[in-house]
Amino acid sequence: MLLIPCPYCGPRPELEFRYAGEAHIARAEDPSLLDDEAWTAYLYVRSNPKGPHSERWQHVHGCGRFFNAVRDTTSDAFAATYRIGTPKPDLPKPDGKTEAS
Amino acid sequence: MTRYSIATLVRNAFLDHENWPRVWRSAEPKAAYDVVIVGAGGHGLATAYYLAKEHGITNVAVLEKGWLGGGNTGRNTTIIRSNYLFDESAALYDHAVKLWERLSQELNYNVMYSPRGVMMLAHTIHDVQVFKRHVHANRLAGVDNEWLTPQQAKAFCPPLNIGAGMRYPVLGAALQRRGGTARHDAVAWGYARGADARGVDIIENCEVIGIRRDAAGAVAGLETTRGPVRARKVGVVAAGHTSVLMHMAGVRLPLESYPLQALVSEPVKPVFPCVVMSNTIHAYISQSDRGELVIGAGTDAYISYSQRGGLHIAQHTLDAICELFPQFRRLRMLRNWGGIVDVTPDRSPILARTPVPGLYVNCGWGTGGFKATPGSGQLFAWTIVKDEPHPINAPFTIERFRDGVLIDEAAAAAVAH
Repeated sequence: MLLIPCPYCGPRPELEFRYAGEAHIARAEDPSLLDDEAWTAYLYVRSNPKGPHSERWQHVHGCGRFFNAVRDTTSDAFAATYRIGTPKPDLPKPDGKTEAS
Repeated sequence: MTRYSIATLVRNAFLDHENWPRVWRSAEPKAAYDVVIVGAGGHGLATAYYLAKEHGITNVAVLEKGWLGGGNTGRNTTIIRSNYLFDESAALYDHAVKLWERLSQELNYNVMYSPRGVMMLAHTIHDVQVFKRHVHANRLAGVDNEWLTPQQAKAFCPPLNIGAGMRYPVLGAALQRRGGTARHDAVAWGYARGADARGVDIIENCEVIGIRRDAAGAVAGLETTRGPVRARKVGVVAAGHTSVLMHMAGVRLPLESYPLQALVSEPVKPVFPCVVMSNTIHAYISQSDRGELVIGAGTDAYISYSQRGGLHIAQHTLDAICELFPQFRRLRMLRNWGGIVDVTPDRSPILARTPVPGLYVNCGWGTGGFKATPGSGQLFAWTIVKDEPHPINAPFTIERFRDGVLIDEAAAAAVAH
């Protein structure tokens, strides 16, 4: 089970949280202006990386708030958690091999 | 290829089984192939087998970064069934069940297909309504499925607890009698042997690290840890790592990869005659021929490539098993493990061409790909050779998400996710 550092409450067990998918996928201001490919990408296509992944979590059995996290999908280790609305933190770059490793 | 028969078995028994030939060669990669399949699991090996057998294309390589059958083929709970709700799915999975029925003879290799019946339990009024709908839809589609009362379910599977004191009482069950299990490793080995005998090179410990494309954008070959390999047609059959591979060709897919767990108990005498699934309280269970109870658990909530899952996921499933089968409470679990499954938004697979000419993808089987292995391989081979899908896999495109023609088995809840 993961130990997840909620930016509001501190580290708590995974059971208190709900995973909410990839982060930083913005809904278009006016979806009617998107073509089918762009709308499909928004709805369905995900980056699914092997390596650092930006994702949303909700501390559903705690403060109830959403936040973002960067987690390495090969080790499940959290590199950072940060509040919704703040930009993705500038993490030290991995060696660039994560996609293929 | 040595044909296996009672005569070869007797002869080798007298020779202390020391002279059985190797079942497949350990091939070195050549510079070029007509078709390269990425991933030597059941689906990839079956694809190579049918390319050689049904289409006469034998200049084929199957590249595998690890060892043959070492991914999800060797990690699943071996359940075979075809009682899916939608016509497209029922046709796809029942095509595979029909191949399973003759697969041991086809491959001259005992895959131990055992149609012992797959029983899906209903615990709520909603379950009852959904499963009855499945029964009717399946029967209209020509797929066997029948409704059982709790008493009939217990008669079919005597260990089942149908007592009224359960937190989630058994209100009935849907039974597919043609469903069952097979020996997962034997499926990979049998297809590998058949493909190898027809000239296919199976190359293990060979990881793909790049996909080369020509000036027109079409596939030109692969970069691997054992050198470059040229090919005009490449089929990616890499399950949980499909996104990673397709990224090398600049293709983004509607896929997410999750760890899915399974576990086995200590071996006991034959106690469990069939396969039982419960979507609502999330448990899958059957008994292997070695006597171990084979138990399927759920996926973790988050994407991961770690090939292990959270302990609470397995515990959740064991809670359900212990309530359904109280006599198993004192069994000890011997091993548990995880595999990385690639899940699509509608929980149906993608078996199709990609936007890159010469690049084909067979993925998105999610938590239930083993059952489709023979059919998936045969249809994918067809798709690669003809450069267009077979009518059975024609609905399973990437473009269905753009065009709004999902095959939404997720909402149909034919299977727990």
